[in-house]
Amino acid sequence: MCIKWLKLVQSAIFSLFLFGFSTGVMANEEGANQKLDPAKIIMEHIQDSHEFHFFTIKHADGSEFHATIPLPVILYSPQKGFSFFSSSAFHHGHAEHNGYVLEEGKIHAVEPGVTVYDLSITKNVVQMMLALMILVTLMISIANSYKKGMGVTTAPTGWQNAMEPVITFVRDEVAKPNLAGKYHKYLPYLLTVFFFILVNNIFGLLPGSANVTGNIAFTVVLGVISFFVIIFSTNRHFWGHIFWYPGVPMVVRLLIMLPVELLGVFTKPFALIVRLFANMVAGHIIILSFITLIFIFGSMSSIAGWGFSPLSVAFAVFIYLIEILVAFIQAFIFTNLTAVFIGQAFEGGHDDTHH
Amino acid sequence: MDLLLPSIGLLFWTLLAFGLVYFILRKFAWKIIIQSLIEREQGIAESLESAKKLKAEMALMKSENESLMAQAREERSQMLKEAKETKDKVISEAKEQAKLEASKIIADANAAIQTEKLAAITDVKNQIGKMVIEISEKVLRKQLDNKPEQEKYIQQMAGELQHFGN
Repeated sequence: MCIKWLKLVQSAIFSLFLFGFSTGVMANEEGANQKLDPAKIIMEHIQDSHEFHFFTIKHADGSEFHATIPLPVILYSPQKGFSFFSSSAFHHGHAEHNGYVLEEGKIHAVEPGVTVYDLSITKNVVQMMLALMILVTLMISIANSYKKGMGVTTAPTGWQNAMEPVITFVRDEVAKPNLAGKYHKYLPYLLTVFFFILVNNIFGLLPGSANVTGNIAFTVVLGVISFFVIIFSTNRHFWGHIFWYPGVPMVVRLLIMLPVELLGVFTKPFALIVRLFANMVAGHIIILSFITLIFIFGSMSSIAGWGFSPLSVAFAVFIYLIEILVAFIQAFIFTNLTAVFIGQAFEGGHDDTHH
Repeated sequence: MDLLLPSIGLLFWTLLAFGLVYFILRKFAWKIIIQSLIEREQGIAESLESAKKLKAEMALMKSENESLMAQAREERSQMLKEAKETKDKVISEAKEQAKLEASKIIADANAAIQTEKLAAITDVKNQIGKMVIEISEKVLRKQLDNKPEQEKYIQQMAGELQHFGN
């Protein structure tokens, strides 16, 4: 009970942090344009950036102070080769550097006709790497404890207790039912996908952090990897099913079943990509929307803004708690569906009898 | 729309990160953890199995012990019974023996007594014979002195002798 309350209070504090960060930015935004653009503010918060931006203070004389952590920019263009410099060189989009300019979070070359490949260590990349370092350190320390016999001949201790149920859950509820006898081969991949998504989901929920799993690039990579894993797990039967669907007339087989089944190969990983992306981005948008509501009301009248804030924060906290749940659920769904698709790919000949 | 266009940088870094994390964790974490969990599960299953077996063995041993005890008790009572029988037998045998010995001793004694008696009688007879001869000698001597008296004396002697002989 006590712990539950503590968690609730913790979440509330996190939410207030978020609220705090948003306030700074939005107050600034309000001051600059004299007009609130909630969509723009929210989009800025959920998108990738070349710096960790916390807040901006505008001085009376019009000069600005940006509280940011600049991040390294790595660019490649076939015409100009590699260039490597700090994002602070752009002065928050106000200056050009090396013939490159930062506009709306995107880097373009000043000269026309020059293509640029942006391989920068962005906010998402930094956060992802931090999260993964923590994940790897944690897992290896656990593995070392196991190696020493802790948790093998004795009762598990510390983090082992936290991670073990999750690992056995992935093994017993995800891998075993879907992959039957072959689950040993896929278990490391499934565990990696699960924890990769989970740790980034959780870190993405920290106030002021980047929305890594809610970025389409992140989910595309995972989806494409899933696609290849599924494709490499297929057997003759799987392809037979696609190109020569059993038990239907020839015309239907060629004109309907072939395109539908072939499309199905691609829609499965596509669904994985979109599902994770949409779920995570939606959660962030909802929380940000509730916070932004305060400023929408505030732009009407400051009394309305203050009056609405408790309700708005309460809703944001509620969604925040749901998002913690969603962080786990989405990691599970992605892993589970990947396992299901892999299972379908090497499923044996018994399908013939069904159709 | 920007939201739906994956940026090449993040694609690249995510792919790199996933690949690295996958290979590192597979080599240094998952293999060990999965193996350890399997080992532990097997250990627990084996322990439970052996505990069950031990319990069954214990039950078997208990029943065996009980039967052994019963057998031992039976044997003990049997032995006691036998011992008693043996004792009785020994005692009765001893008694019998003793009786036999006693009767033998008595018989021997009787025989000895008889022999002694016979010897004694023979001796007495010899003595008497000697005495008769002596008396006869004395009588013969006296005869030569006094005939009637001599006869009277023989008579008397003979009577006495007869008396003595009986």
